[in-house]
Amino acid sequence: MSQQRLDRTDADSREVTAPDAEAFERRRRALRARRLRRGWVAWALVVPAAAFYVVFVLKPIVLTVQYSFYDWDGVTAASWVGLGNYAKLLQDPELGGSIVHAFELILYFSFIPVALGLATAAIIRKFATSRISVVSRTVLFLPQIIPLVAAGIMWTWLLSTDGLVNQVLRAVGLGSITRAWLGDFHTALPAVGVIGAWVLFGLCMLLLLAGMTKIDPSLYEAARIDGAGAWREFFSITLPSLRQEVGVCLTVTVIAALASFDIVYISTQGGPGNATLVPGLEIYYLAFFQRQVGTASALAVALMLLVLAVVLPLQRLNRTGDS
Amino acid sequence: MTATACSAPGGDNNNAANTQGSTSTSTAGGQPTCGTAPVKLKMYIETGFPLPKDLSDEFTKQYPNVTFDVREDQFAVITQNAPRVLVDDPPDLMRLPQVSELAKDNLLLNLDPYATAFGWDKWPQSQLEQMRVNADGSRGDGPLYAMGLNFSMTGVFYNKKLAQQIGMTAAPTTLAELDQDLQKAKDAGIVGIAQFNGGATGGLAFPLQNLMAAYGDPAPINDWIFQKKGASIDTPTNLQAAEHLDKWIKAGYFAKDINSFDYATMMSRFIGGKSLFIFDGDWESGNLDKQMAGNAGFFIMPPAQAGGKQAAMSAPLTYGISAKAANPDCAAFFLNWVATNDKARTIAVQVGGSHPMGPADAFMPPVEANTVTAQTLDAGAKIGKDNGAMDFIANATGAIYAKSWTPNLQKMVAGQQTPQGLLTAVQKDYESEIGG
Repeated sequence: MSQQRLDRTDADSREVTAPDAEAFERRRRALRARRLRRGWVAWALVVPAAAFYVVFVLKPIVLTVQYSFYDWDGVTAASWVGLGNYAKLLQDPELGGSIVHAFELILYFSFIPVALGLATAAIIRKFATSRISVVSRTVLFLPQIIPLVAAGIMWTWLLSTDGLVNQVLRAVGLGSITRAWLGDFHTALPAVGVIGAWVLFGLCMLLLLAGMTKIDPSLYEAARIDGAGAWREFFSITLPSLRQEVGVCLTVTVIAALASFDIVYISTQGGPGNATLVPGLEIYYLAFFQRQVGTASALAVALMLLVLAVVLPLQRLNRTGDS
Repeated sequence: MTATACSAPGGDNNNAANTQGSTSTSTAGGQPTCGTAPVKLKMYIETGFPLPKDLSDEFTKQYPNVTFDVREDQFAVITQNAPRVLVDDPPDLMRLPQVSELAKDNLLLNLDPYATAFGWDKWPQSQLEQMRVNADGSRGDGPLYAMGLNFSMTGVFYNKKLAQQIGMTAAPTTLAELDQDLQKAKDAGIVGIAQFNGGATGGLAFPLQNLMAAYGDPAPINDWIFQKKGASIDTPTNLQAAEHLDKWIKAGYFAKDINSFDYATMMSRFIGGKSLFIFDGDWESGNLDKQMAGNAGFFIMPPAQAGGKQAAMSAPLTYGISAKAANPDCAAFFLNWVATNDKARTIAVQVGGSHPMGPADAFMPPVEANTVTAQTLDAGAKIGKDNGAMDFIANATGAIYAKSWTPNLQKMVAGQQTPQGLLTAVQKDYESEIGG
């Protein structure tokens, strides 16, 4: 965009140096040809990415929607069942539980990382220039670059019966509450949530910190002159200015919670006794163990709509806040 | 792309089915062979188990014109990919999960012609019945769709040092004696059974099925696993078994955290001396003879009544040939060689730890006395005599283990499921899966 604008001023300036009408016409034609050429270049640049997007994103979505109307085991000929698979979803009692679990995970995947992210970002901003800030930023962001599978395996060790978490609890005299955190019906889902919070916290913190650096320092100065304390500064200036960043954090993490699969798959596989079963895992079991590709696709489509239904209002909230 | 997107998915492989009998048939005396021209057998095996590789290496040594192109995956991955791989990238030999759906979908080669040609039909038929699938998908009879590299046995392994500590001098001969040993272990502060039961693999299915066989006849259990019409897991003797298991749970004979750990953790705890018993199979015999030399023992689950018949889960290590395989004759020849060649049978025992397939009077390699391997091989003979071989209740359908046995057994451990509730729930899931 800016490149184009630059070129036009370039052309305009040359126009002034060549007032001759014929030359002007030639120039215009050349300009149009160049624009056309540039259009082709633009297309050539977009096509590879667009092709990948179509083949690996749009086509699978379309196919998933198509499969959801068939009774198909993935191999033999499929038979058309219309909305039958969707009706089956509504009758599945297990599924209701898994959706509730997904919403419970929002607490751990979204609210905790955003709240903690705000707090840490506010603290780190205070010593923005010192080395501690760089070090702590890097350390806190690290979980984000660790593959989820590795994070899941590491946390299953930490949370196991003789893992570090229980060792620490025993050392500080809390031996009575130690347990196999991922194998206990009451603590398995929160334990999975903690893993997710640990992974997503760094992302939120970095996003929020970046947002804070954009805030005009004079606002803080003015507030301080008016006698505002640190709390007042945070709630009256920092938080409102970060509305968009918070919106992005919430969007990303809510999607991560509702569509969670990898962390759960690695740490509990939905156990014990379906206590951590989530829709993503249910889709996987339906497709690859029960070989009901149609039902699995229907659930995938339903999950996509559910995610959109939750995330889209968040966007609108964001936009009205902007205007 | 639009054309394929608008037509119904699947069904592209149906014409490939039943095209048995191959393009490159080379026969010697009526039996298919690998011929003399270079052959590359495509083999898809389970990673972590050296047996198929050792067998294929030995085979190449004896038949230098045959080489192997081996692909390895974890069993869970093989389970997920099996149908697609058999169609899209058909292997000549492939480690198979539950065969009934694959056979029903015409993805596997019917091995009956080979069984006749090689004389497999003259072997003890209990070895093969799990791999026979009827047109309706029920197992137990019908055409043969797979072959074993050997067949495994399950039972109870025990730690000899810990057994000595609690005064257990001999393997229990009745269920009551086993109960007493468990109680003695508990009194001595020793974990009775650190059985894996976490994630999607409910290992309590092992003791449960052993208890089922201790109380009742294995035949109806097999009928249920083979999807015979009208079969039910919810029987009076199975209820007794589930109640007995519940009694063990409530008595604290299992490790407290069994719902949180997997198979590998169980093995490391048992080898590390943190569990008196584990319910497991003889595929670990070789491993235990190495890592717990002289300290591990094995017995088949004792019967409820003294002198009663004994049964055990026993299953062939199934390998099948894709219906679209390029070299089916050579693959079948390899499978026959594994069961009948002395060198191959030695590898099956020494590397695989399990009993080789084949005729009852076939060559058996010498095994050092007092090893777990010797004990499990003896146990295999006893099971054969009692006609007590069962398939595993986890193999009844594709999802029954992960989606029904496991969550319900985990709930039972947490006191959230009753023995009757367990059987009712599993039977219901079983019926809905077979019906649907």
